Amino acid sequence: MAASGAHKGAAFELKGRMATLSVMRVLHADVDTLLTQLDARLAQAPGFFDGMPLVIAPAESVSLESAALIALVDGLKARGLTPVAAAECTPEQAAQAGLGVLRNLESSPSKPTAQRSGRDSATAANTRLITSPVRSGQQIYARGADLVITAAVGAGAEVMADGHIHVYGSLRGRALAGVQGDTNARIFCRSLHAELVAIAGHYRLSEQIEAGLIDASVMIALQGDDLQLSAL
Amino acid sequence: MARVVVVTSGKGGVGKTTTSAAFAAGLARAGHRTAVVDFDVGLRNLDLIMGCERRVVYDFVNVINGEANLNQALIRDKRTEGLSILPASQTRDKDALTFDGVQTVLEGLAQDHDYIVCDSPAGIERGAHLAMYFADDALVVTNPEVSSVRDSDRVLGLLASKTHRAEQGDEPVREHLVITRYVPERVGKGEMLSVEDIGEILSIDLLGVIPESSAVLNASNSGVPVILEQQTDAGQAYDDVVARYLGETREQRFITEKKGLFGRLFKG
Repeated sequence: MAASGAHKGAAFELKGRMATLSVMRVLHADVDTLLTQLDARLAQAPGFFDGMPLVIAPAESVSLESAALIALVDGLKARGLTPVAAAECTPEQAAQAGLGVLRNLESSPSKPTAQRSGRDSATAANTRLITSPVRSGQQIYARGADLVITAAVGAGAEVMADGHIHVYGSLRGRALAGVQGDTNARIFCRSLHAELVAIAGHYRLSEQIEAGLIDASVMIALQGDDLQLSAL
Repeated sequence: MARVVVVTSGKGGVGKTTTSAAFAAGLARAGHRTAVVDFDVGLRNLDLIMGCERRVVYDFVNVINGEANLNQALIRDKRTEGLSILPASQTRDKDALTFDGVQTVLEGLAQDHDYIVCDSPAGIERGAHLAMYFADDALVVTNPEVSSVRDSDRVLGLLASKTHRAEQGDEPVREHLVITRYVPERVGKGEMLSVEDIGEILSIDLLGVIPESSAVLNASNSGVPVILEQQTDAGQAYDDVVARYLGETREQRFITEKKGLFGRLFKG
């Protein structure tokens, strides 16, 4: 074995890569209010957001003071999230909070490739495909993507996506679509036996699903604050 | 190359040890040199089912700790040529099993055996994890009831993710379903899950169905692998399991109500 440092070739490469990052749009300048609401969201999915890289982006109407930004970064880190950059702030502010600066933050991840024909340009551009059964105790999360499962989802399994979820085997476990808050996300399944279905945090348990839809081909969508289950 | 077969289930009391003993004895009877290893350290049972409990001198943990070599610990079965048993330790717990130790023992066994059958403890913790980690094939033992099926589903998930084959990205562990304690009459009354229900939930290849049978308890009590009791329904069912595992095509015999001789036995 060569001693470290003796290696003659390039030790690293720098490459530009497209990646999907979660953006926290800060709608209110009061950090305490924000963190309280965040705690409620995190409690719905314990462990789920652990280590998630996050961009902090204040809305146009909100201006975050340096102290508030630092408090927010500390609060996020204390909750297991990993803030990596801030948008719409000065390099000094960002440096004080230990963040990078992100300019020209796009609202839609699909914009750089091609303009979509539909109006729902905020939905995910990618699809994750799972072809083997999702077993009890397994958790699958399609981050920034739709999720298509051609096999069964067992009782006690959990499948989640930022976009839509399609399940072509029996759906017996939990399915959560639009977990980052996309209220247009939907769940489609060929045989509904789910323990729980949820879209953008609005959920329904199996005992609240009408008997006629059990074992049926069903589409689940969010209308206002209500989950709508309809036979396909 | 020896093939390592884990007999696992998640849930306890479903028939893992009975199946391990019968399956290993069946492989040996078919002419394959077979070792069966008890991974249930602290709750040693396999030696009882195999009827060799009074011949245990050294055990699996002794070999791992280097206190005995493999040949000293292996017990050669007196009834079946080519079958040996590596008993678990009764005085230790699962922490005595080390990753490297298990690997060394399995490699040692692989040198002069064709099949190594690993009798997993219940649960999904250390003992069960180590029992399945090096497996090439898995027999997932399930009773026809919902909690057993769900635990088996969990174990199938672990087989697909927490094994050497999964971690190396090799060809996945071959999964086979063995349904035990099956009573077609109770399935007919809707009291038990049917073979079709279980197959639909777990979606893996069905190796065999073992009927609920007094022969299993009798065989256990007398320390004889039930497959050696060839006149019994359970013995014949295990014989089918081994034959199918070795590539033979045999019809499922014990899944319909009161068909032929064995149906009449159930009535009595």
